[in-house]
Amino acid sequence: MKTLTHLERLEAESIHIIREVVAEAERPVMLYSVGKDSAVMLHLARKAFYPSPPPFPLLHVDTTWKFRAMYELRDKMAELSGMDLLVYQNPEAQEKGINPFDHGSLHTDMWKTEGLKQALDKYGFDAAFGGARRDEEKSRAKERIFSFRTSSHGWDPKNQRPELWNLYNAKKARGESIRVFPISNWTELDVWQYIHLNDIPIVPLYFAEKRPTVERDGMLLMVDDERFPLKPGEEPVMRSIRFRTLGCYPLTGAVESEAKTLPEVIQETLLTTTSERQGRAIDKDAGGAGMEVKKQQGYF
Amino acid sequence: MTDTKTRNEPVYVVDELIAQDIDAYLEQHEHKTMLRFITCGSVDDGKSTLIGRLLYDSKMIFEDQLDALTSDSKKVGTQGQEIDFALLVDGLAAEREQGITIDVAYRFFNTEKRKFIVADCPGHEQYTRNMVTGASTADLAVILIDARKGVLVQTRRHSYLCHLIGIKNIVLAVNKMDLVDYSQEVFDKIVADYTGFANSIGIESFTAMPISGFKGDNITTLSANTPWYKGPTLVEHLETVEVISSVDADKPFRMPVQWVNRPNLDFRGFSGLIATGAVKPGDKIRVLPSGKTSTVSKVVTFDGDIEEAVAGESVTVCFEDEIDCSRGSVISVADNPPQTADQFESTIVWMADEALVPGRAYWLKLATQTVSVTVQEPKYTVNVNTMEHMAAKTLELNEIGVAEITTDKQVVFEPYADNRALGGFILVDKMTNATVAAGMINFSLRRSQNVHWQALDIGRKQHAALKNQTPAVLWFTGLSGSGKSTIANMVEKKLHRMNRHTFLLDGDNVRHGLNKDLGFTESDRIENIRRVGEVSKLMADAGLIVITAFISPFQADREMVRSMLPDGEFFEVFIDTPLKVAEARDVKGLYKKARSGELKNFTGIDSPYEAPRSPEIRIDTTKMSPEEAANLIVDTLLGDA
Repeated sequence: MKTLTHLERLEAESIHIIREVVAEAERPVMLYSVGKDSAVMLHLARKAFYPSPPPFPLLHVDTTWKFRAMYELRDKMAELSGMDLLVYQNPEAQEKGINPFDHGSLHTDMWKTEGLKQALDKYGFDAAFGGARRDEEKSRAKERIFSFRTSSHGWDPKNQRPELWNLYNAKKARGESIRVFPISNWTELDVWQYIHLNDIPIVPLYFAEKRPTVERDGMLLMVDDERFPLKPGEEPVMRSIRFRTLGCYPLTGAVESEAKTLPEVIQETLLTTTSERQGRAIDKDAGGAGMEVKKQQGYF
Repeated sequence: MTDTKTRNEPVYVVDELIAQDIDAYLEQHEHKTMLRFITCGSVDDGKSTLIGRLLYDSKMIFEDQLDALTSDSKKVGTQGQEIDFALLVDGLAAEREQGITIDVAYRFFNTEKRKFIVADCPGHEQYTRNMVTGASTADLAVILIDARKGVLVQTRRHSYLCHLIGIKNIVLAVNKMDLVDYSQEVFDKIVADYTGFANSIGIESFTAMPISGFKGDNITTLSANTPWYKGPTLVEHLETVEVISSVDADKPFRMPVQWVNRPNLDFRGFSGLIATGAVKPGDKIRVLPSGKTSTVSKVVTFDGDIEEAVAGESVTVCFEDEIDCSRGSVISVADNPPQTADQFESTIVWMADEALVPGRAYWLKLATQTVSVTVQEPKYTVNVNTMEHMAAKTLELNEIGVAEITTDKQVVFEPYADNRALGGFILVDKMTNATVAAGMINFSLRRSQNVHWQALDIGRKQHAALKNQTPAVLWFTGLSGSGKSTIANMVEKKLHRMNRHTFLLDGDNVRHGLNKDLGFTESDRIENIRRVGEVSKLMADAGLIVITAFISPFQADREMVRSMLPDGEFFEVFIDTPLKVAEARDVKGLYKKARSGELKNFTGIDSPYEAPRSPEIRIDTTKMSPEEAANLIVDTLLGDA
C-alpha cells in the first residue's frame, strides 16, 4: 500500500479545508496577494474543485504600490483559473494620497488593514482564505486554521475555538466572519518545493536578475517605477537581486543573489540563516509583539 | 528497524548536500513522509528545551529569531546566560504577560527522512482541553518525565488522555538524565513503575528512552553517557515509527462526501478526503445512509484520472449510476459498510466554561454530517488523575464523562476505536456557536438499532390533501403576559372560520396533562418544549395547522423544534412585549410573586429570555392591537401578506 509523502498529506489537508469552507460558508472569497503563498493556495483551490473552477472570487486588496510584475501575474492567473478577480483600493487612502514614502505605517493601516475590512464589508464575504503559515512568525504558531473575527473584524486570541481532528466548526452569527488559513501547516520549504513540483507560475521577482536598486536604512529597495522619490545623492545601482517575500515595493527589501532557478532559490533559502519575514518592515513595529497587535487590529 | 550504520552520525546535517547537490536534496525531501506528534509535560520537565533543541538542531530557528531569543533569554530567561528554549515555544503576548500558556502551538522541523509537526500543549488549567486538541491529530505522543521525580500524577494524566484519544505510539522520555548521573537504576525503576500503570489503563506498549534535552543525550546521537541503553535515539525512533495514514489505508474504504462537483450536465463527482481504505475504478460501492449501490467509474484529480486513491488523499469520485449522494453521505465499499444509528454511548470531553445542559439541543459535527443532538446526564465522569469513575449530573470545563447522546436523524458512524474519522465528533452550542465539547463514539445503543420506522401507506401528504391545506406550526414565543394566548386564540378562530383544520396547544393546559410531571428547572423546561415539539410534529403530520403558545425562552429549544419539521412549515411568531409592559399587565399576578421571591426561575426576572434572532413573524404589541396582530399572522401563514 502506498504511503503518502508529507507534501501529499499537506495537499490533501489543504484541499479538505478549502472544500469545507465552500460547503459551509455563504460567501467565501480568496485573498490573493500574488505572492508565492497565494500562488500555492490558488493552485490548491483549483485542485480542490477540478473540473469546476473554484466557486468563489479572488480578492486583491491593492495598495497601488505593488511591483508591476505582480499586477501582470495577478491578471494572468485570474484568467487562467477562470475565477472572478475583485480589486479593492481604499478610496480614502486614494483620496489622501497615502503612500509608503511619506506616511510610514499609516500606509499599511489604511491600504491593507482598512482596505481589507472595507472590501469584506462591501461584498458581504463571510469567509476569507488567507495564505498565512504557522512557521512564519511566533504568534502564528498558535493561530487556528479557522480564525473567527467579530463583526468589527477584531481577533480575540483568548476566544478561539479548539480544532480537533479535521473537524472545523464554521458556524457563526450574522456579521461575524472567518479567516481560513488552508496552508497553516506548510513551511517555507514546503511551499517552494510544491511550486517546483507542480510548476506553479510565480512572480519573476523571486528569481535573481539585474535590477535598479538603492540602499536605504539597511534595506535594498528596488526602483520599480518613476514614483520612487530619490533622495539627494541617491542613484539607482544595477544589482543582481531577488525577493524572498513580495509586498509594496517601497517596503520590501531585496537580497543580493545569483539564484536564477527554483532549485537555486531553494538552495539559497535553506542555506541562509535569516528568516523570511525579516525583509518586511511590519514585524518590527511595537517590539516583539508586532504581528499580534496588528492581528487584533484586523490585519490579516 | 534501526540502521546501525548511521547510528552515530548526526541525522540533521544536510547542509553539505544542499550546497553540493540541491536537486538530490530536493529529491530526498520530496519523498519524505510526515509524522505528527504531541509532547506532554510541563516546563519543569524540560519539554520546551527539548522542542527548542529539535528545532535548533534541524535549523528551524533562524538567525534573527535566535538573536531575539538570545536577548530575551538574558532579560526574562531562567537559564542564566544560556539560551532559554522555553521562550522559543512561547507565543502570544497576553500569555507572556500573565506568565501562562493557554493554547496549543504547532512547530515544524525536518530530518533526512521525515517532516515533523509537533503539537506543543503547555498550560496548567486548560491542560485537558489543550492536550485533547493536540492529541487528536497526533500519530505519536512523547511523554516527558523528570528523572529526578519519576512517575507523577501528571504523567498518569498525560498518558490517560493520549490513550483516550487513541494514540498507539507512546514514547516515555525520561529526561534530565544528566541530573541523576545517567543512572541505569533510576531509569529502570521509572520504566518499571510506568509499566505497571500503563498496563492498568490498557496501554499495550510504549518505548522508553533516557535522554537529556539540555545536554543533547540520545536525541539525535546515542550518548556515551548511557552505554547501557541499547534502544534508538529519540529522532531515530520518530523517523521510523509507523504513521496513522498507512494504518488507515488497510481498513475498508470509507469517504465522507464534502461537496458534490457538478460543473455541467455531463459530470457529477463526489469530493472528499478518504478516511480509510482505497478506491479504484470498477470498485462496487455503497452510499450511506441511503444504502444505494453503484460502481466507481473514475477517480478524478486536477492532475488527471488516477488508478487508485488511498486513505489521506483528497479526491473526486464518479459513479456508473446516478444515485442519491450529497454532503454528509459516506461512500463505502459495498459489502462492508459502516452502520447508521441515532443513539450512542460516547465519551465526551467538555471544553467550554458553560457546563453541559443535559437535554439541551446542540449541533454535532461528525465527518461531514451536522445533526441536532441531545446529551443525557453523564453515567459517570473520570477523574483524570486517579482514573476513578464518579457520579455526575453534568460536565464542567475540562471534565471527561461517558454519556448517551441522541441525534435527530440517522448518523453514519463507526466506533472511534475502529475509525477516528467516523467516530470522533464535536459539539457546538446553538446560541454562541462555540465548540463546547469533543466526543468519541463508543458504540450505538441497541434500542435504536431495533426500533425501525414502520412504513405507513397513508402519509403526511395524504392527510394534508384530504384537508386541502398545507400543514404548519405557528410557534408563539414571548414573555409571560406578552399576549401569546390572546393572539393565538384569535388566530385560531380566524382560521377556523376559513375552514382550516387547526389545533391550539397552550402552555398552561399542556402542563395539566401531558407534562404534569415537569417543573420549571432549566432541564424540565427543555423537556417540556421537546414534548410539545414532538406533539406538534405529529399533528402537522396529521395535516393540521398547529398553534402553540409557550414562553419557550431558549433559542436552542425553539431551533430544536424547527429542525423537527420540514422546511417552510415552522413559523416562529415572536410576541414582542417589553418586560416592563408585561409586568405592568401581570394578568395572572405571577410577576408580583416572582419579584417577591415566592416564584423561582421566572422568565424575565431570574431566568433569561432569549429573543428570537430572525423570527418569521414579529409582533410589536406596543404598536399593534391583538386583532391587527392576528390578521398579520393569518395573512403571513396563508401567503397573503
